[in-house]
Amino acid sequence: MSDMELLLWARGPGLQGAVAVFVAGMALRLIEIYSLGRKRDLSPARPGNGGAGWATIITRSIPHKELLRTTYLTYILGYTFHIGLFVTLLLFAPHIQLFRGVLGFGWPSLPSPVVDAVALVSIAALFGMLAYRLYHPVKRFLTTFGDHAAWLLTMLPLLTGYLAFHHLLLPYTLMLAVHILSVELLLVFMPFTKLVHVATIFISRWYNGDMLGHKGARL
Amino acid sequence: MSASFERGVNSFREVMDAPIASFFSSCVHCGLCADACLFYTETGDPKYTPIYKLEPLKRLWRQEYTLLGKLASLAGLSKPITDAELAEWSELVYDSCTLCGRCTVACPVGNDITYMVRKMREGMAAAGHAPEGVIEATRKTIEQGSPMGIQLKAFLAQVKGQEEETGIEIPLDKAGVDYLVIMSSMEILGYPEYLGSLARIFKQAGLTWTVSSEAFEATNSGIQIGVSDIAREIVLRVVNAAEKLGVKYVISPECGHAFTALRWEGPNLIGRPYKFEVVHVLELLDQLRRAGKLKTVGKTDEPLTLHDPCQIVRRGGVVAEPRNLIRMVASDFREMEDSGMYNWCCGGGGGVSANHRAEELRFTVFKRKKRQIEGTGAVTMVTACANCRNVLEEGLERYHMDTKMIGLTELVAEHLKEDEQA
Repeated sequence: MSDMELLLWARGPGLQGAVAVFVAGMALRLIEIYSLGRKRDLSPARPGNGGAGWATIITRSIPHKELLRTTYLTYILGYTFHIGLFVTLLLFAPHIQLFRGVLGFGWPSLPSPVVDAVALVSIAALFGMLAYRLYHPVKRFLTTFGDHAAWLLTMLPLLTGYLAFHHLLLPYTLMLAVHILSVELLLVFMPFTKLVHVATIFISRWYNGDMLGHKGARL
Repeated sequence: MSASFERGVNSFREVMDAPIASFFSSCVHCGLCADACLFYTETGDPKYTPIYKLEPLKRLWRQEYTLLGKLASLAGLSKPITDAELAEWSELVYDSCTLCGRCTVACPVGNDITYMVRKMREGMAAAGHAPEGVIEATRKTIEQGSPMGIQLKAFLAQVKGQEEETGIEIPLDKAGVDYLVIMSSMEILGYPEYLGSLARIFKQAGLTWTVSSEAFEATNSGIQIGVSDIAREIVLRVVNAAEKLGVKYVISPECGHAFTALRWEGPNLIGRPYKFEVVHVLELLDQLRRAGKLKTVGKTDEPLTLHDPCQIVRRGGVVAEPRNLIRMVASDFREMEDSGMYNWCCGGGGGVSANHRAEELRFTVFKRKKRQIEGTGAVTMVTACANCRNVLEEGLERYHMDTKMIGLTELVAEHLKEDEQA
């Protein structure tokens, strides 16, 4: 199989298969969660907090200053990585082209050198997170194989994308194929690792806010 | 109730719900909850990381409630939870968690870890891994009707004492009044002046009220140990008495878990809403203040700080009320660092103070509160939970601190304008 054939496979059947697994996997995980149900709370709620669940989806992204003081590095690395990842994914011209092809519409992109720099920062933050995970006593204590697997699954698309953009390490066509394959790997495993938080974070934050809001202790 | 490992695991299955599944799914092992937990910050031991305290429950969830986990179990790739493991986790679930809820407000993915620890305790108790002290309190509740073994006679003696002290008659079993007053065990035993304070405040405000000979105690050890059957029985005692007397409100006392038990868990435990409303004493006092029915004179000048009881403030939503009331009677009120919703626990909530095994750990983590108090330079610390107060007093003594303590209701009553009736 030539580099071009691999690229064509990755962009065609490979991508379709990966997206199918991703969609089915995510649906399964959501069913696994929601099918467990939740007992109705019979205690009278404090008035005026009906939207606390929805609000918490947003507000929980803002670290409180009391917590920020002791845990700033986790927040800084986490924020840097996540913002960098989303900028790279959503504001890089070739990515938008792909989305336009699938969705039928696109949006303005950032200049490539800017995205390039952001991607590099995001990669650096991800390495920082790994180092912190290995160094910090609590993080190290909690770390499982799954954490490292999730780290690798996330790192590969960023790294291979960066290498492909700069024509480094492998011939461009091959590196581009490897980049797309790494994204497919990420899609396939996302529902079955902690990376499922891309979807479940909205559910858990909603429940958290709803339960606190019920008691009037809204944050 | 005979405890067994099977019963414990079955309890784990019974409590498993969509919120818990979403929480376990979302955890990214970031470890931020450790920084929110005083058992970690004061010991530096990673095993006290809140989410880790749930590990057996999480493993069961993964093995039985996720497809991948089921496949892994079939292939023999995951090891089932064992009784020995649950025994090991008893310390983490009971001794090093006060259900204070600080991790719940800190978790960036929104995991209500406190909710899960409370649920996990159901299984731990059913498996026979609840600590001796809390089992003892629960046994006394079943046999004698009170976690501290308080008999009606003892309660009535305190009522009489307060009547003599204040010169005000305290109505007993009076039907048709608006308010039923109940007390925490700790108040009945150690701080009966709470009742006298209420008598004086209610007289001034012109409220009709009563105490009950059938339900005078609000403390609910069933909630703390995690046995819903017993928790239900204790709540029902109050509900039956209140509905028999036909009161409009039951006043939850200065006790954190009593409020949680009666206000939030109660209707769910008995499976129906009440025919009365539960109001926390601080909510009521603040209502009276706003209505101009609570009249005080003078303000204390000495520097004064507030310890926020977790179950009343963070997990109860009563945040502004204690501050309004303190400012009414104190000119130099100083907030602690990390106050209100982010306050640190006294270290003895959630049954920890009844758990003798946890005593040394409780004094170790008190160092956090010690620093908070010292940071304010206050001479007096006010609180609104008799259990907090007792735990704090023990901590102050252990660390040779001379901070004075007073209950908020009592503080307000000290400044009450005498001989004025609404």
